[in-house]
Amino acid sequence: MPSITINDVTIEVPDGTNVIQAAEMSGQEIAHYCYHPGLSVAGNCRMCLVEIKALSSKQPNGLPKLQIGCNTIVQDGMVIESENEKVRDARRGVLEFLLINHPIDCPICDQAGECKLQEYYIDYGGHDSRFELKSKTEKHKAVAIGPGVMLDQERCILCTRCVRFLEEVTETHELTIHERGDHSELSLAHGKSVDNPYAANIVDICPVGALTSREFRFEARVWYLQSTPSVCTGCSTGCNIEVHSRAGSIYRVKPRSNFEVNDYWMCDYGRAIFSDNGRADRLLSSLSRESGGFVNARFEDAALRSARALQSEPGPIAVVASADLSLEEGFLLGEIAEQLGGGLKIITSPASSEFCDDGFLISEDRHPNRQGLLALGYVEARRLHKSVNRLLVARDNPAAGEESWDAYLESAGATIVISDNFDETTAYADHVIAVGSHFESDGTFMNGKGRVQRFAKAVDAPTGAVEGWRALGYVLGALGGTRYESAEEVFTALAARHLGLSGIGYDALGNDGVQSGVSAQWAGASVPLDAAALDR
Amino acid sequence: MNEKVLLHFQDTSADLTDIEQYLGEGGYEATRKALTEYEPDGLVNLVKESNLRGRGGAGFPTGLKWSFVPKDTGKPVYLLCNADESEPGTFKDREIIEHDPHQLLEGIIIAAYAIRCEIAYIYIRGEMALGYKVLVKAIADARNKGFLGKNVFGTQLSIDIHVHRGAGAYICGEETGLIESLEGKRAYPRIKPPFPAVYGVFGCPTIVNNVETLACVKHIIERGSDWFKSIGPEGGPGPKLYCVSGHVRKPGVYEAPMGTPLRDLIDRYAGGMLPGRTLKAVIPGGSSVPILRAEETAINMDFDSVAKAGSMLGSAGIIVMDNTTCMVRALRTITHFYHHESCGQCTPCREGTGWLEKLLIRIDSGVGTDEDLKVLDSVAQGMMGTTICVLADAAAMPVRSFLAKFADEFEAHVRGEDCRADAVHRRVA
Repeated sequence: MPSITINDVTIEVPDGTNVIQAAEMSGQEIAHYCYHPGLSVAGNCRMCLVEIKALSSKQPNGLPKLQIGCNTIVQDGMVIESENEKVRDARRGVLEFLLINHPIDCPICDQAGECKLQEYYIDYGGHDSRFELKSKTEKHKAVAIGPGVMLDQERCILCTRCVRFLEEVTETHELTIHERGDHSELSLAHGKSVDNPYAANIVDICPVGALTSREFRFEARVWYLQSTPSVCTGCSTGCNIEVHSRAGSIYRVKPRSNFEVNDYWMCDYGRAIFSDNGRADRLLSSLSRESGGFVNARFEDAALRSARALQSEPGPIAVVASADLSLEEGFLLGEIAEQLGGGLKIITSPASSEFCDDGFLISEDRHPNRQGLLALGYVEARRLHKSVNRLLVARDNPAAGEESWDAYLESAGATIVISDNFDETTAYADHVIAVGSHFESDGTFMNGKGRVQRFAKAVDAPTGAVEGWRALGYVLGALGGTRYESAEEVFTALAARHLGLSGIGYDALGNDGVQSGVSAQWAGASVPLDAAALDR
Repeated sequence: MNEKVLLHFQDTSADLTDIEQYLGEGGYEATRKALTEYEPDGLVNLVKESNLRGRGGAGFPTGLKWSFVPKDTGKPVYLLCNADESEPGTFKDREIIEHDPHQLLEGIIIAAYAIRCEIAYIYIRGEMALGYKVLVKAIADARNKGFLGKNVFGTQLSIDIHVHRGAGAYICGEETGLIESLEGKRAYPRIKPPFPAVYGVFGCPTIVNNVETLACVKHIIERGSDWFKSIGPEGGPGPKLYCVSGHVRKPGVYEAPMGTPLRDLIDRYAGGMLPGRTLKAVIPGGSSVPILRAEETAINMDFDSVAKAGSMLGSAGIIVMDNTTCMVRALRTITHFYHHESCGQCTPCREGTGWLEKLLIRIDSGVGTDEDLKVLDSVAQGMMGTTICVLADAAAMPVRSFLAKFADEFEAHVRGEDCRADAVHRRVA
């Protein structure tokens, strides 16, 4: 491992590390625009200029010209200065060049607050403009280059991150640079539109306000947004995300880098999921059936009544769940069934969908936690083979599925539904416990490759709804089982028992998750219903 | 004047574009000798000994460049002849191509053999339509004679040449821009390292040589490295083509030994200044190099001497300006060119070239200020040494040198005084 010195900090870094990365490892930042660790090196913005004071231990001489950090691979004994006067002068110069033709329309720009032009102007610029205002080159503003992305050519600094993303990651080649010199402009390739499932990533990687999200445009100032680490529920890949919210509303979702899962990216379907959070048919209260109709109930009352109903109805019990349950919810449902003498736990969500594995991030299985539920002992079945007396339906809507569930739902003596919205199945329930979505709770999922990842509560559930683990924990407690006080406690209990991750708590999962010993062995295996299990 | 070597076509009645007549003048003997009597490394050493330095502008030792090709990479090696001659004031390669193409083909075949290359490309500037036709015919003729293709000159060697036409962008003459363009992409110069000798055309080891450089190779084989070194200064010798343009009586391409005095080239070769005019300034090596005032022109035209005088031999495009020249207008014209030709890839060049021209338009139009002059110099300074290729430097060097050497004229323009240039054109007020 080469040992190098950056601004008097000496650090050992792996072979092949460039100066920007090495600086980052030493806890320092080298300003840059065009460099992105997930893309090839373009070396065009010239912002990351550094001074090489010594090339290596074998060549202790420095270089007379400043070098770009992104294209300089460190060598043992290299000495780098990234903040001396010469470097800061050059950087100020580059920044001034970038700004002369920039419209400086920060007051109406969505990027304001997370713009690298603003940030580096504070760090290195601070200058007054020496450029005549009327001399600025004029280009097109608010050009819709696809269903999700808006381009402002005047704000573009031509770093080509987006062009390289579309060339190297999606290989769809929609964007290119037209013209040359200071007339250069980012444009659509002839006959194309940026309309691929990963298009919105170019908004994320645009370091300035040139590419903005058409959905997020003018919705919120970014400095008011709070960021919460989470996991995407769109499919079994489990891309790591950040949920950006304000005052109980989610405004946007962005990918969070995890090299074991999604690198720096996520798909556009996953990005759109949060809009379901505000749908009109959300359950705003738990419900209990009284004399034929539903009445609103406090969740504690609904949970208590649910426990009583389950206890008072003898006979087989089945937990019917979608693969959208968190590990905590799946575990607690299993515990409830055990408390009542044990029963069948099935996942009705089909593993196949209209989506295909695209070989990148999108999986055919549109559910986030099938692996986790299988590890908890759930089996896959589209329907029951015979009626059961007690049904616990969780985040699932079997009444609307392809198989007919009417008979099971009608014949069950006690039907408890745990859901975040009204649907066909809630109509059959004796008691409905209103729970929050996964954006509104802490919890964990196990992705299709057996990686256990944690998501955190980004916003509160609607008044009247609670976190799924809390609601189910309450039912379990009412049945005489363990009372869990937090999702973390639930996880710790289930990790040891089911995942071979004993002693692993939330903290150990960290931001990147932990690979469990559970592999993808069950993937796609639909287990036929064992009638004997019902009679147990 | 001396015997012409590179411009031999001027001394003979033979049409050297006709391969039979070219053979009648002893053509292709040098190539036969190189391929049958030398090992490739022997040729590299011979060219090293000759001290031949690249004629494209940078003056890098040719033999040394050839020796950078890594051996046994398992990849093909390519030779790229840079015939994109686009530096304003430069028009020498065109003479060779249009009048004596086989001289160039010989150089290419010899160089290809020396670097173990089987496919060579000539990247010719799009505007050179005649040159393109001449080359295509010359290559076909050479192929028919067995000088190109499989088993050249009866050996086991295969060497062939393809001609690729550019579309007229200046940046395509920058060697890595040229490589990108040849590959069918925008001519965005590449970041270095890796250098073309290691990672060039199609990711393979590539040597890029200028037309005149390759033409010299043929003569080195024919007459020996000692002969070559005897012409001009030993550190960078050989016959040299000088392009003299501007306010002289006989503008044109002249062959003279490396190191010929600049004043000789202007006064003897190019017939001196236009009647009644006096020398004001000379740009000695194409529009991108620093300008020299008349009193600084008593220099010899070779790499080291011009460098010592604070400029560069560059492409030996000698642009002569007389007392009627307005230096503000001249600089504005030069800067317009670099603004137009910046590829737009690197920030300082993309934004700087435009800024320079906008400032010069203001100054030339009589609305400039003292502050504009300071900004002009500071912008040019900020462009130098900060980009992937040297186009930014090429745009900045004239600005800084014009400002330093003709400060009085620029100051007169911003003060609203009459242009110091003598008559002919007055500034637009």
